[in-house]
Amino acid sequence: MATPKSHGYKRPKDTKKTLAQLFHYLGVHKLALAGIAVLVFISSAANILGTYFLKPVINDYILPGNISGLVVALLLMGAMYGVGVLATWGYNQLMVHTSQQVVSEIRGDLFRHVQTLPLSYYDAHTHGELMSRFTNDVDTLTEALNNSFALLIQSAIMITGTIAMLLVLNIPLSLIVVAFLAAMFLFIQYNSKRSKKHFTEQQNRLGDINGFIEEMVSGQKVEKVFNHEEQDFAEFCRRNEALRKASTRALSYSGLMIPTIVSLSYFNYAVSACVGGLFVLGGMMDLGGLASYLVYVRQSAMPLNQFTQQINFLLSALSGAERIFEMMAEKPEIDEGVATLCNVVIHEDGSRSECTEHTGQFAWKYPLPNGMTELIPLRGDVRFFGVTFGYKPGKTILDNISLFAKPGQKIAFVGSTGAGKTTIINLINRFYEINGGTITYDGIDVRDIKKDDLRRSLSMVIQDTHLFTGTIADNIRYGRLKATDEDVVKAAKLANADSFIRRLPDGYDTLLHSDGANLSQGQRQLLAIARAAISRPPVLILDEATSSVDTRTERLIEKGMDALMHGRTVFVIAHRLSTVRNAEAILVLEKGRVIERGSHDELLQKQGRYYQLYTGQFELE
Amino acid sequence: MIKRIAAYIKPYRLQAALAIFCIAAETMFELIIPLIMADIIDVGVKYGDKTYIFEKGGVMIACALVALVLGIGSARFSAVCGQGLGAELRKAEYRKLQEFSFANTDHFHTSSLITRLTSDITTIQNAVATGLRPAFRAPMMMITAMIVSFIINARLALIFLVAAPLLGVMLYQIIRHVRPLYSKMQGAIDLVNRTIQENLTAIRVVKAYVRGDYEIAKFEESNNNLRFTSETAFRLAALNMPAMQLVMYATILCILWFGGQMIQVGGMEVGELTGFLSYVLQVLNSLMMISSVFMMLTRSLASGKRILEVMDEPIDLTDENAKDLSVTQGDIVFDHVYFKYKKEAKEYVLSDVSFHIKPGQTVGIIGPTGSAKSTLVQLIPRLYDATQGTVRIDGHSVAEYPLHHLRDAIAMVLQKNTLFSGTVKDNLRWGKEGATDAEIEAACRIACVDEFIGRLENGYETELGQGGVNVSGGQKQRLCIARALLKQPKVLILDDSTSAVDTATEAKIRQGMAESLPGTTKIIIAQRISSVAHADQILILDDGRINAAGTHEELLKTNPIYQDIYHSQREGAGL
Repeated sequence: MATPKSHGYKRPKDTKKTLAQLFHYLGVHKLALAGIAVLVFISSAANILGTYFLKPVINDYILPGNISGLVVALLLMGAMYGVGVLATWGYNQLMVHTSQQVVSEIRGDLFRHVQTLPLSYYDAHTHGELMSRFTNDVDTLTEALNNSFALLIQSAIMITGTIAMLLVLNIPLSLIVVAFLAAMFLFIQYNSKRSKKHFTEQQNRLGDINGFIEEMVSGQKVEKVFNHEEQDFAEFCRRNEALRKASTRALSYSGLMIPTIVSLSYFNYAVSACVGGLFVLGGMMDLGGLASYLVYVRQSAMPLNQFTQQINFLLSALSGAERIFEMMAEKPEIDEGVATLCNVVIHEDGSRSECTEHTGQFAWKYPLPNGMTELIPLRGDVRFFGVTFGYKPGKTILDNISLFAKPGQKIAFVGSTGAGKTTIINLINRFYEINGGTITYDGIDVRDIKKDDLRRSLSMVIQDTHLFTGTIADNIRYGRLKATDEDVVKAAKLANADSFIRRLPDGYDTLLHSDGANLSQGQRQLLAIARAAISRPPVLILDEATSSVDTRTERLIEKGMDALMHGRTVFVIAHRLSTVRNAEAILVLEKGRVIERGSHDELLQKQGRYYQLYTGQFELE
Repeated sequence: MIKRIAAYIKPYRLQAALAIFCIAAETMFELIIPLIMADIIDVGVKYGDKTYIFEKGGVMIACALVALVLGIGSARFSAVCGQGLGAELRKAEYRKLQEFSFANTDHFHTSSLITRLTSDITTIQNAVATGLRPAFRAPMMMITAMIVSFIINARLALIFLVAAPLLGVMLYQIIRHVRPLYSKMQGAIDLVNRTIQENLTAIRVVKAYVRGDYEIAKFEESNNNLRFTSETAFRLAALNMPAMQLVMYATILCILWFGGQMIQVGGMEVGELTGFLSYVLQVLNSLMMISSVFMMLTRSLASGKRILEVMDEPIDLTDENAKDLSVTQGDIVFDHVYFKYKKEAKEYVLSDVSFHIKPGQTVGIIGPTGSAKSTLVQLIPRLYDATQGTVRIDGHSVAEYPLHHLRDAIAMVLQKNTLFSGTVKDNLRWGKEGATDAEIEAACRIACVDEFIGRLENGYETELGQGGVNVSGGQKQRLCIARALLKQPKVLILDDSTSAVDTATEAKIRQGMAESLPGTTKIIIAQRISSVAHADQILILDDGRINAAGTHEELLKTNPIYQDIYHSQREGAGL
C-alpha cells in the first residue's frame, strides 16, 4: 500500500469501546436525549393508539349511526393525532439540535487534540489523510446521528409495544414471532460484524484517496512542470478503483440485511398463518382473532425493517467514529514542565512585576518559601550537553552534541545539507524529544519548563514559510496578537517588507489566501521575519530565513534585527556565509557533530572545514 | 443537472437497469404476499382445508425466497452503480482539475476544490446507494394502492386529490427553502476544512508561536458557523416528518367522517372502509418515503451543483492554438511581454520585458525580492500566459506548442518545490518514467545527491513522506534538481533552487550540468552572484522590468544594482 505508514501498530477494533466513547459525548445531553425519548414515545403511542381506535370508532359509532358520537370520537382522535404531530415535530427538531451539537463538539475536540499532537505524528501522516477524519468520518457520524438515533428509539418502542400486544392476543403463537424476531436480531448482529470490516476498509480507502487528492492539488505546479498528469491520473484511478471496490463490497454486504429481514418476516408471516389456521381449526382461536393477530405480526417486522434501512449509515458511522477516537487516543506531546515564564513590566526603579500583556520581557516565576514568587529575569542562555537525537530509532541524526549560547550572543550553524542544523533548533523548543543528553535554558532542563512558556519565549522563522488566510497585517500580528497597527508597520519596516506591502492593492489589508499564493517566496519570507520580529523575543531562531531574499535586502534586515536583538540570543542557520559572518560564534556541523567552533576570523585562521567552505566561495567569485 | 450527473452512470447502465428491475419485482412480491395470506384465512381456514393452508403457506415461503434473491440482487446492483457513479464522477472531476490553470485553481481556492472532490461526491454516492430503493419502490406502492382504493370507492378516493397536492405544496415549500441552506452549509464546510488544512500544513508555525489556543478559537468560530448553518438547514428539512404525519392523520379522520356517512346512507360496506384505510396508509407511507428521497436529492443537488461548477469552469490555458511542434533548439525570446496575475489588477507584475537567449546559453537572472523573477520564468513552460506580448521558443509562440510537448522539453526546478509521498526513487522517476537505476544514479551524481543518499535510511528506497518531510531543505533541493535532470531537457530552469545548498556543492552541481547538458539552454535565478557570475548573459530584473543585461564583467562596471549586490556579498566573503 502506498499510504504512508502510520507509526505503531493498529489496535484491534473494539466496537464496544467506540460506542462507549460515543455515548460519553451523547451523555452530556442527557436531558435533551430524555426529552427526545419521551417525545418519540408520545409520537409512536399516538400512531399505535390511532390504529387501535379504528375498531371501536367503526363498531360503536359508525355502524349504529351515532353521528354526534362519531364527531366526539373523531375530535378526540384528532386531538390525539395533534399531540402526536407536535411530538414528532418536537423530537425531530430536538434531535437535529442535539446531533449538530454533539458533532460540533466532537469536531472541536478532535481539532483541539490534533493541536496537541507531536510533530512526529504529522510527519508520519499525509494531511489529506488527517483531513479525512475531520471530513468523511465526522460527516458519516453526523448523518447517522441525524437520521438513525430517533429511529432507534422508535423501533425499540414499537417492537416492545407490538410484542406486548401479541402476547395479550395469543401466547403460544407469539412464541413463533419472538423466535423469528430473535433470528432477525442474530442475523443483524452477525452480518453487521461481517460488514463492519468492509466499512472500515471503505473509510480507510476514502482517507487514502483524500490524502492523494490533497497532495496532488497542493503540488499542482510540479505536476504540470513534469507533465506528470497521466501518471498521476493512473495512480488516482488505481486508488479510486480500490475505494469503489471497497465501498461496493461494504454496501453489498450490508445490503443483504434488508431483503433478509423482509424475507424472514414473510416466513414468520407464513408460519404464523399456517399454525394459526390449525389453531382455529382446533378451536383454540377464532377467525377474527387470527386476522387481527396477523396484522400485528406484520407490524412487528416494520421497526426492524426501518432499522435495517439505516444500517449503512450506522455502520459507516461506527467505522468513522472508530477512526476519530483512534486519533483522539494518540498520545499528545509530553509536557511535564513545572518551571513557568511570564511577561513582566520593568518599572522605573528597576523592579519588575508580572503582567499579562506582551512586553517582550520575560521572567522566571520562582516560588519563595513565604508563598510569594520571585521574578527572575530570563537571560536566554541555551546549552546542549551531549545531546543525541534521531527522528527514528536506530538512526542517529545528532551525535553527542554539546554547545552553548550565552545571552546576547549570535550563534550561527553552518554545514553541508543534512548535517543536522535544523534538527538542533527543532530540539531547543522541544518540537521533538531528545534520546540522550540534556538541553538547558537558563540552566533549567527544557523538559522541566512548561512547553508553551518555553516556546513563547523563543521566536522562530522556519525554512518553509507558511502564511494563513487573512490580511497581511493579521499575518504579521500572528507573532503578537495584540500588536497595534504602528507595531505592525514597524515590524514590517524592520523586515523590509513595508515597501512591497504598500504597493499591494490594499496595502496591509490585502487578503492572503492559499498560503499566500500570489506573493513571491522572498516576500513570504519577509513577512515571516516581520511576524517573528513583532514578538520581540528573548531568543530568536532564524532557519534559512532569508534564503530567498536578495543579499542587499538581507543586509538591511540584519541591521534592523541586530538592533532589535541587542543583548538577546540569536541562532542563525544559513548557507550564505555572508549571513553568518557577523556571528559571535560559528558552529560547523558535519554528520551530526560539531566539528569547529569559533568566530569568523578564528575559523579562517584555523584553516579547517569552514575555511574550505569559505574559500570555495572565494574561488567562485 | 440530474441528467448531467446521471450521465456518469453510463458504464454501469446494465447494473442500474438490473437494480431497478429487482426493486420493481421485489415490490410486486410485497404486494402479492398479503393476497395469498388473505386466501389462507378466507378459504383455507374458513373451510377447514388443511392441505390448502399448507399449500398456500408453501407458496408464500417460495415467494419469500424469490423476494430474497431479488432483494439481494437489488442491494448488490444498487451498490455497484451507486459507488460506480461516485467513482466515475470523482475520476471526471479529477481529470478536469488536472487541466486547471492556476487562475482556475485560484478561482475556487485549493481547500474548496478538495471538498468538492471528496465530500460532495460522497454525498451523491450515498444518495444513490440508499435512495435508489425507495425512489423506485415508493411510487409503485403508491400507484398500486391508489388504483385499488379508487376501485374500492372512487368517491372517497377523491380525498387523495386534496391530500396529495396539499402535501406536495408543503414539501415543495420545504425543499425550495432548504436548498439554498444546503449550499450555504457546504460553504461553511469549506471554511472549516480550510482552517483544518491550514493548521495541518502550518503546524510548525502554530506550535512555534504557541498559537494553539488562537487557532482553536478561530476553528471554533467556523465550527460554530457550520453548526448553525447545518442546524438551520436540517431543522427545516426535519419539518418534512410532522408535515407528512399531519396530512396522513387528517386524511384518516376525513375518511372516517365521510366514509362513516357513506355507510349511513348505504353507499359503502364496513369491510370496504377498513380495506380502504389500509390502502390509504400505504399511499401516505409511500409519499413519506418519496419525500425523504426528495430531501436526500435536494442535499445531493447542492453538492452536484458544486461539482458541476468545477466541470463547467472554462479552462483559460489551452492547446487551442497548438500545432504539431516540438522544441528542438531551446532558443528563447521574450518580445515586449507584460503580465499580471489577475485581469482586474491595476499594475503589471512584468512590464515590457524583452530579451533573447540563444540555444545552449546559460543565463542568470538576478534582482531584488519581489522583482518578479519567478513569474518571468513561469511564462516559459506556460504555467501562466503572458497578458501582452509573446514568449517564443525556436521562433514559435509558446502557445503554438502542444502543452505536453512544450513542458516535455523544459525542465524546471521550482523555488517552492514539492516532493511527494513515496520513495526517493518514485520521486526521481517523475523526471523520466521507467528511468533505469544507472540513469538515476547518473543524474544523482550531477545533482550531488550521491553525497547523502547513502546516509538515508534505505538509500533510494527511503520513504519521503508528504512534502519530503524526511529530508532536509538542501537535500530536497538536490533531489529536485536530479528529478529535473532526468528529463534531459532542451531548456533547464533553476528557480533559486540551490539556496539551501552550500556553495561548494553548488559549484559542483553547476559544473556537472555544464558537462552533461552542453546543448541545453539554462536559466538560473539566484541570489548569490557566484551562482550566475559565469553565465553568458545576466539579466537584472527590478520591479518587473529588465534593468540591465550583460556579462558579469560588463554589469560590474556599469550597473549600480549589480554592483551593490556584488559588494554586499563580497563583504560577506570578507575579502
